[in-house]
Amino acid sequence: MNRFAALLDRLSYEPGRNNKLRLITAYFRDTPDPDRGYALAAMTGALSFKHAKSGLIRDLIVARSDPALFALSYDYVGDLSETVALMWPRPDRLTNSPPPPSLGEVVTTLDSLPKKELPAQLAQWLDELDETGRWALLKLVTGALRIGVSARLAKTAAAALGDKDPHDIELIWPGLAPPYAELFAWLEGRAAIPVTHDPAPFRPVMLAHAIEDSDFANLDPNDFAAEWKWDGIRVQAVSGRAEDRTIVTRLYSRTGEDITGAFPDLLPALHLPGAVDGELLVLRDKRVQTFNVLQQRLNRKSVTPKLMKDYPIHLRAYDLLGDGENDLRELPFEERRDRLEAFIAKLNNPRVDLSVQVPFRSWDELAAARADPASANAGEDAEAVEGVMLKRRDAAYVPGRPKGQWWKWKRDPHVIDAVLMYAQRGHGKRSSYYSDYTFGVWTTGDAGEELVPVGKAYFGFTDEELIQIDKFVRRYTTERFGPVRQVVHEPDQGLVLEVAFEGLQRSTRHKSGVAMRFPRINRLRWDKPPREADRLETLEKMLSP
Amino acid sequence: MAGKLAPMKSPPYITTMRPQDILVPQPHGLCCRPGEFYIDPVRPVARALITHGHSDHARAGHGAVLATQETLDMMRLRYGDDFAGSTQAITYGEEIRFGTCQVKFHPAGHVLGSAQISVTCGGVRVVASGDYKDVADPTCAPFEVVPCDVFITEATFGLPVFRHGNPQAEIAKLLNSVALFPERAHLVGAYSLGKAQRVIAMLRQAGYDAPIYLHGAMETITRYYESRGIALGELRPARDAKKVELAGTITLAPPTAIQDLWTRRFPDPLAAFASGWMRVRARARQRGIELPLVISDHADWDGLCATIEATGAHEIWVTHGQEDALVHWATTKGLTARPLALVGYGEEDEETALPTSDGTKA
Repeated sequence: MNRFAALLDRLSYEPGRNNKLRLITAYFRDTPDPDRGYALAAMTGALSFKHAKSGLIRDLIVARSDPALFALSYDYVGDLSETVALMWPRPDRLTNSPPPPSLGEVVTTLDSLPKKELPAQLAQWLDELDETGRWALLKLVTGALRIGVSARLAKTAAAALGDKDPHDIELIWPGLAPPYAELFAWLEGRAAIPVTHDPAPFRPVMLAHAIEDSDFANLDPNDFAAEWKWDGIRVQAVSGRAEDRTIVTRLYSRTGEDITGAFPDLLPALHLPGAVDGELLVLRDKRVQTFNVLQQRLNRKSVTPKLMKDYPIHLRAYDLLGDGENDLRELPFEERRDRLEAFIAKLNNPRVDLSVQVPFRSWDELAAARADPASANAGEDAEAVEGVMLKRRDAAYVPGRPKGQWWKWKRDPHVIDAVLMYAQRGHGKRSSYYSDYTFGVWTTGDAGEELVPVGKAYFGFTDEELIQIDKFVRRYTTERFGPVRQVVHEPDQGLVLEVAFEGLQRSTRHKSGVAMRFPRINRLRWDKPPREADRLETLEKMLSP
Repeated sequence: MAGKLAPMKSPPYITTMRPQDILVPQPHGLCCRPGEFYIDPVRPVARALITHGHSDHARAGHGAVLATQETLDMMRLRYGDDFAGSTQAITYGEEIRFGTCQVKFHPAGHVLGSAQISVTCGGVRVVASGDYKDVADPTCAPFEVVPCDVFITEATFGLPVFRHGNPQAEIAKLLNSVALFPERAHLVGAYSLGKAQRVIAMLRQAGYDAPIYLHGAMETITRYYESRGIALGELRPARDAKKVELAGTITLAPPTAIQDLWTRRFPDPLAAFASGWMRVRARARQRGIELPLVISDHADWDGLCATIEATGAHEIWVTHGQEDALVHWATTKGLTARPLALVGYGEEDEETALPTSDGTKA
């Protein structure tokens, strides 16, 4: 447990993805089975024991400490598990005390422990572990690891152990269970790849490259089919027959995470064996809603009937990877498209429809459609169109981002000129640079013209520009609040940033009343005086009614 | 008296001196009226007794200064030769009389030359402990428990959540990280006086024998430690090294430097910070530390409590830090305890840290 705790501890401070991967891979390399398998399960959310309530943890410490000292400590630390981990009284240890529990021991004990024995068992483990070990144990049993590691990242780290492609792990993952001894045996070259018996496995997805203006010269419009790019989330809906002939249906995110549980209202529509690649959307009165609406359905553990009624979920299908028992991924896109049309017709369910194709003969025609989707065939759904997708008619379905097969051509983003107001230091490689910027636009306040913050951005600029902004921030700091610097922002003095963003919504959390989606720094306007930056009214006009 | 402390079991009305007649907090600092001196005064006074060389305790401009040789040397390094009207060095255990008071210095285990000051007057002994820690430190004399009637303690880490644990395990954490990321430069933020040298000495104890690099602000004081016989192995100024040479190395720097412009000379720098504050995750995260190392120059909660009990003092005065919790704890143990409203103490101010070897500020 202490080794796992040391890993979690280190991960919780590490900002860099590659460094996280190395830390996890090193842990898998140094830690024997079954502990590393349980660690992988903890990081991928695959552990099944019932989580302890924070009230139980609080009772444990209250019985062992002075209430005034606990109150002062909790107030100072601000996190219950951490407070308890740090102030847990050090027992007088006898030389023959049991060693600290291993992660495997903790997980397997919790799986079968009667609820009423949990407090005594936890107390015993807390006695045996050190500060970091206690912290990790409490985070684990309360189900609140929050160490910035996704299931995908943990699997990628495992794959690196055997120099394997993480896609291969995704393929066999549904057939595996903690502590994954057969997985590690394969990764370490001691055994063959575990066979999956999953009737509804995930297939690694194919991704598109962003197209640049210069790319079109080398592309023939006749080779490509175009579709609208919808502003939803990419999913893979897979149905298959289990050994008992019943249909098993699963919904996966683009990284292979199983999100079936969040969308029970979509599952009955997927009643035929097959694997559909598509976009998850919310439709009301057959109209596609914006991403902001869809967001209400995302990242939820459970869904209420009210939520399902207010946010009806829908699948817009654009590819077919499997049809019954047949794997279609080797077929050219055009043939898969024909199979898809037939498959969707057979499903015959209003929850699932076909992604329409956008007819075009030249790039100019497609550019016109992209600029005004409503005038092409997007109709009233034009608001939810993010751009167009280009797919080579002869492209097989290849995992990853193969060159020249699929392209995404996004609509031009919204752009405004805003004034830099505050800057904060970045993390990791950027920790010596002021790289997070809060920017504002003009509005008429009680005291006349003033800037009101409308967003924050920390990318979009080049390394060269970062150095320039960093210099500017250091030179024109007017006040400091911890890691944040207020930067001069007067009508005639300050830095204007051209900010690009994808969408705008009303927000009660921001003083300005608006929140941007995906804002980034498009350009530095050294040439522009701050007084000429945009006004809040301009943004308010962009809000959809 | 002759070194033996009068047992304080007798009823208080027999005692002629009250503790507050011996030492009393004043705006200038802790004042001894019968001895006509101040301990660690924050403003210039005629006579100052200084516990240790950190800038919040050892200030310039006093008339006469009494301190250990090391503390006097550190003040000279920081403020120049004319930092005081006159100076007098005292060794641990040596007794000096001021008026009706006997004064003795005892090791505080905080940094090199750090001392607790005991003041005995009219049969009552008060110990002002300055900053102290009760755990091993290869760079200074070990803390000594001084039996007394009144113990004046700091409370920097005066909350039960501050458990510093085993510092060698933190050093092992640093060395593991260096092994795992050999292409990165590990920058360890540490206070220039004391902490930095302790970290270096512990790295050597752990068997790390590669050259260790120093920020300019560390050099003078670190060379001074070496001149006092503390072996620190091969040390190099970071400013002379090429970027590629610094991959896989450890550099000690003041905490304010490890994330600023200075770090750009290092390959993919990794920010570590050696401090007792690193025990609390939010603290480490606020500062953007990637590798917190819980290594402290102050006693942790268990150390504070154990020390208070070991002194046998029946009255506890708590100075800077988290006074409330420690006062509360002492009260539950049947002791008389109160916070002393002293201002001007805390973490050493790095802005007034020692000058760099080339005479510029860090």
